[in-house]
Amino acid sequence: MIHWHSFFFLLFGLTACVFALAVVFTNNVVRMAFYLVLSLGATSGLFFLAGADFVGAMQLMIYVGGTLVLLVFGVMLTAQSPFISMKTRAGEWIASMVAGGLLLWVLLTAAFNVEEWRAVSAVPLTQQTTPGEGTEPGVETPVTAARLGLGLLGARVDRLEVVDAPEGAQSQVVAGLSGYLLPFEIVSVHLLVVLVGAAYLARPKKRMTTGPHGDTE
Amino acid sequence: MNPLAESIGVTHYLIVGAVMFVTGAVCMATKRNALGVLMGIELVLNGANINFVAFGSEYLRPGAVGTGLDGQLIALFVIVLAAAEAAVALAITLNFYNNHATVDVDQADELKG
Repeated sequence: MIHWHSFFFLLFGLTACVFALAVVFTNNVVRMAFYLVLSLGATSGLFFLAGADFVGAMQLMIYVGGTLVLLVFGVMLTAQSPFISMKTRAGEWIASMVAGGLLLWVLLTAAFNVEEWRAVSAVPLTQQTTPGEGTEPGVETPVTAARLGLGLLGARVDRLEVVDAPEGAQSQVVAGLSGYLLPFEIVSVHLLVVLVGAAYLARPKKRMTTGPHGDTE
Repeated sequence: MNPLAESIGVTHYLIVGAVMFVTGAVCMATKRNALGVLMGIELVLNGANINFVAFGSEYLRPGAVGTGLDGQLIALFVIVLAAAEAAVALAITLNFYNNHATVDVDQADELKG
C-alpha cells in the first residue's frame, strides 16, 4: 500500500533536490532562475508536509513570489549575450566538488547518526493514535498562523511556563511569554533600512545635463 | 524495502536540507555570474530553513518533546532576511553592471592589492 505522506515527501523532496542540482550544473543563467523557482516551490510543499502551513504559504508568497521575481528581473536586466552562459574552469569545478562532497558527507553522517531523528515506525501515523487519546497536536490546532502571530507579538501559546507562585499557593502553568517581539521589531526596522538602502544603491546615475550656457553640471 | 511504505522522520528532511545546502555552496563557489552566486545563497538559506522546520515539526517526531513553534518562527525570520539580502545584493549587482558593464565576479578585482 502507498503511504501518501511518504509519497508526497518523495515527490517534493526529489523535485527540490533534482532542480537544486540542475541550478548548479547548468550554465545558462535564465534556466538557473527557472530551476530555482521549481526547487523552492517544491520546498514549500515540504513545509506543508511537515505541518508548517503558514511557513509554506510564506515561502510561496515571499520567496517564490517576491524574492525570485526580483532575481528574475535582475537576470533580465543583465542578460547580455556574453553573460547568459559563463563557463567555469575545470579546476574550480574539481575543487568545489571535493569541498562540496566533504561537506555533504559530514552533514549526512550527522543526519544518520542520531537515533531520535529516525522515522518512528513503519506504521502510518493514523494507526498510532487511538481515538480516545487525542494527543496528536495537529488534530487539535491544525492552523499555525494565529499561534505564529501571537509568538511574534511576544505571547507563546504553544509553550507553557511554570510561574513562580507566592508561598503556600500552588504553582501555576500558564502560556509563556518567551516570544519573539524584540527580534520581530528588529527585523522590521532592518527590512525598512535595507529597502531604503537598496533603492539608494540602485538609483539611476545623474544625467549629464547641458545648462543654458553650454556648461555641464 | 518499499520506500513508499516507510514513514518519514526528521532524517529524511535533513537529507533534503543537506543536499540543498551543499548544492548552494557549490553554486556559490563555481558560478562566475553574480546572479548565480545570489541563487546559491538562496539555496543555502532554503536548506537551512528545511532543517529548522523539520526540527520544529510535531508530525515528524510524534511523542517527543517538541520545540514548539521556534523552528517555524526562525524560518519566517530567515525568509524575511533572505528577501532583504536579495534586494541589497541585486542593487549592488545592478550598480556594478552600470559602472563596469559586466556581471562577472572575476572582473570585480579593483581592490586587489
